[in-house]
Amino acid sequence: MKSVNAYVGQPIERVEDLRLLRGRGQFVDDLHFDGMLHATILRSSVPHGRLLRVDTTAATALAGVVTVVTAAEVGNPVPTIPLRLAPMAGLIPYEQPVIATGKVRYVGEPIAVVIAESAAIAEDALELITLEIEALPPCVDTRTAAANRSLLFEEMGTNLAATYTAVLGDAASAFVAATTDEFRVCRERFDTQRHTATTMETRGLIGVWDDKTQHLTVYGAAKVPFASRGILARQIGLPESSIDLIEGDVGGGFGMRGEFYPEDFLIPFAARHVNRPVKWIEDRREHLLACNHAREFDCDLELLCKRDGTILAIRGQINGNIGAYIRANATIAPRNVALCLSGPYRIPNIYIESTMLVTNKTPTGTYRGPGRFEGDFFRERLFDIAAKDLGIDPVVFRRHNLLTKDELPSKLPVLTPVPQQEELDCGDYLQTLDRCLAEFDWSGKVKLNGRLIDGRYHGIGIGCFIEGGAVGPRENARMVVEGDGSVSVYVGSAIVGQGLETVCAQIAADALEMPMEQIRIFHGSTTYVQEGFGSFASRSTVMGGSAIIATAEKLKETIRTAAALCLNCAAEDIVLEPGLAISPDGNAVRWPDLAPEHLQAAGTFSSTRRTYGYGAHAAHVSVDPGTGRVEVLDYVAVGDVGRIVNPMTLKGQIVGAIVQGLGSTFLEHLVYDQEGQLLTGSFADYLLPTASDYPNIRVYDQEEYPSSNNPLGAKGAGEGGIVPVGGVIANAIASALGVQPRSLPMSPSRVWELINC
Amino acid sequence: MNVAFAVNGGQVEVQVEPRTTLADCLRYDLRLTGTHVGCAHGVCGACTVMVDGVAVRSCLILAVQMQDATIVTIEGISNDNALTPLQAAFRKHFALQCGFCTPGILITAHALLTEEPNASEDRIRDVISGNICRCTGYIPIVEAIADARAAYQNQAGSAAP
Repeated sequence: MKSVNAYVGQPIERVEDLRLLRGRGQFVDDLHFDGMLHATILRSSVPHGRLLRVDTTAATALAGVVTVVTAAEVGNPVPTIPLRLAPMAGLIPYEQPVIATGKVRYVGEPIAVVIAESAAIAEDALELITLEIEALPPCVDTRTAAANRSLLFEEMGTNLAATYTAVLGDAASAFVAATTDEFRVCRERFDTQRHTATTMETRGLIGVWDDKTQHLTVYGAAKVPFASRGILARQIGLPESSIDLIEGDVGGGFGMRGEFYPEDFLIPFAARHVNRPVKWIEDRREHLLACNHAREFDCDLELLCKRDGTILAIRGQINGNIGAYIRANATIAPRNVALCLSGPYRIPNIYIESTMLVTNKTPTGTYRGPGRFEGDFFRERLFDIAAKDLGIDPVVFRRHNLLTKDELPSKLPVLTPVPQQEELDCGDYLQTLDRCLAEFDWSGKVKLNGRLIDGRYHGIGIGCFIEGGAVGPRENARMVVEGDGSVSVYVGSAIVGQGLETVCAQIAADALEMPMEQIRIFHGSTTYVQEGFGSFASRSTVMGGSAIIATAEKLKETIRTAAALCLNCAAEDIVLEPGLAISPDGNAVRWPDLAPEHLQAAGTFSSTRRTYGYGAHAAHVSVDPGTGRVEVLDYVAVGDVGRIVNPMTLKGQIVGAIVQGLGSTFLEHLVYDQEGQLLTGSFADYLLPTASDYPNIRVYDQEEYPSSNNPLGAKGAGEGGIVPVGGVIANAIASALGVQPRSLPMSPSRVWELINC
Repeated sequence: MNVAFAVNGGQVEVQVEPRTTLADCLRYDLRLTGTHVGCAHGVCGACTVMVDGVAVRSCLILAVQMQDATIVTIEGISNDNALTPLQAAFRKHFALQCGFCTPGILITAHALLTEEPNASEDRIRDVISGNICRCTGYIPIVEAIADARAAYQNQAGSAAP
């Protein structure tokens, strides 16, 4: 049995599917508690103003309304939401209060929470709350914000919350030295549009307060339940041991779900306040207003090359429109966009400033490939423009400047003010580029560039990328031998709908050398392990999986030790088979019979070294010059992700990420007017990809360079698929039309303007 | 108001406010939580159920309109023992990740293949384009539905495979 046990690497069908396919999932809105009340939230319709008065008298008087919570009930001072990672003292004044107090700073900011016997009554009551808000001039773009004429935080004197700097070598000297005509400088301005993850399940929470035990249970957690519990405990004044966050089935995460939001305080607070269970389920309009937005960056970049195409330096400024407050992970994208701008390329001199400007829009956070999608668009567009300027083929230009496998590991720039030094670990970037070109038939298709065929212009584009994964510091697991000989595995990783249960079960079954059917995975809830770190930055498989391997070794040791006592032999002589421990003389004992209590073990995997997956994508598009509509005729993705645990869940992650990236490139846009009102508050206005939009996608995954940073050899793989899409498609459109797209999304009207204006 | 209809083969009678949608009635009054609500404005298709044999958005229809109707939800096309051929095809092709949109897509596919067991891949793609899935990129969903056609072809004429 044990020698043939090899679940890792197999396309194992998912264990999750048996319940999800039969409508038996347990999403948060599927839960019901006796005596449960319902919450709705009154949100600001004014983007910027002084909140002078909130009158809840009429709302409170409505039959069925239990109470209305405002800043006054929450208490003074109103708690704010801290940065979860890499905190910076200078950002504390920009943190979001869990409920508006003094000022409102974006449309959608919570002002009051109505608690009622039904959601419908609570919604009715919203209309009975009267507000007095003195409107102030809004800032909606980075230019207006940077002018500081209207300040979101008057006491700070500026809308510039922070500036990150990414430095490698000496870019200034490189530019100064490049005076002769053997050098070329390419200067460009690019921007990417505000959009977001838009999970199919909106957010939702249920708070349950047990007054007898003074214990708070919160359902609807995801991604980082342990971190969120810590934040809530400090805000609400309870010890962490008095709070549990419970994760059920989760309808998509993509970096957005599970971060600490105002509601993550307000709903548990309300439940304790009224001493009854309180449910809040976000509606779609509310979701588009309230969940973390992402991706709104603009930049001015200069690329210095030698005439032969050798890149010498890049410098410039990237501005992040981060919305009204610094939320729990607001700094990730502004950091990544600077840190990873050079991607898999050899750029010896780098100086990038990345600003975080507050504006009167919804606060921002991470969305799959945060900062990397944006940075890849900027870089891959800049490279195509520079190559064209130099008269060099874009593939030759990339091949010339990609880091070779012998140059790895290679340091990324140093980021300040929160110092961070990372390095690209291992791989062969040229090989994935070459394989992508071969699978795509680049040499065959390149002659289509600019050709008009049946009324459509054709073009092809290419781009390379890296994906950072396996963010530490550590992850924990615990294993328990059950009475029937099966093993329950508790992991600190969280699921967000990515099939992690299956992947963890595969890893555990291999590590314990037992059938997968005898493994049960429990994840994400604070009741399972002492401490967990969660599911972000493509870390769950690498960190959680490695923790499972560490724990399995400990459990086997525990079983051997117990069996040795029982069977009168040395622990190292015990042979383990599924559910059985066998002595050299052939006596066997069942694992559950080895101890009166369940045998168990706990283990940890720690790592501070990130993994970097990588690859190349190519696209073939046709453009209708009459309408500006772009069709994706072929899309090829080649990626090396280190050890592949489940090729089917991996492929699913990558195809799904590419289609999300195509949505980012063509469709998805959270549009605001100049007054700071969101114009795209429904799925009729905020367009998502559908089944007929992008059917032509080919994915080739490989595992040539397993990571040496973890026992699995895995690298994170949940995000890489989305990273290069914008740049690749825009490059293909440029090749088709002989124009230079500099902005996303490439909507029909934008493309039409490129052709005709 | 009182309204009586058939759900998944059983007769029910519920008391609802006139403004209660069919989706909310199914989920909260009848506790049939397999039907999910993704947008509540008729775009995403997660709440799709069959009413009198036709796939409809249960968020855009009121419960009180359901008098004497016959409704089938995801629970009604599922068995305790095994996955149906359509569900098994979804599992085999990894046509779901988070699973939130899946019940609506299964109902849409079931309605399609019941009527058109020979539907082409283009036809499948067209019909499924009324359901939004954020995880899979749709390609495996179309493959799964195409794979499930055989089961419906074999049982053409009967209600469910």
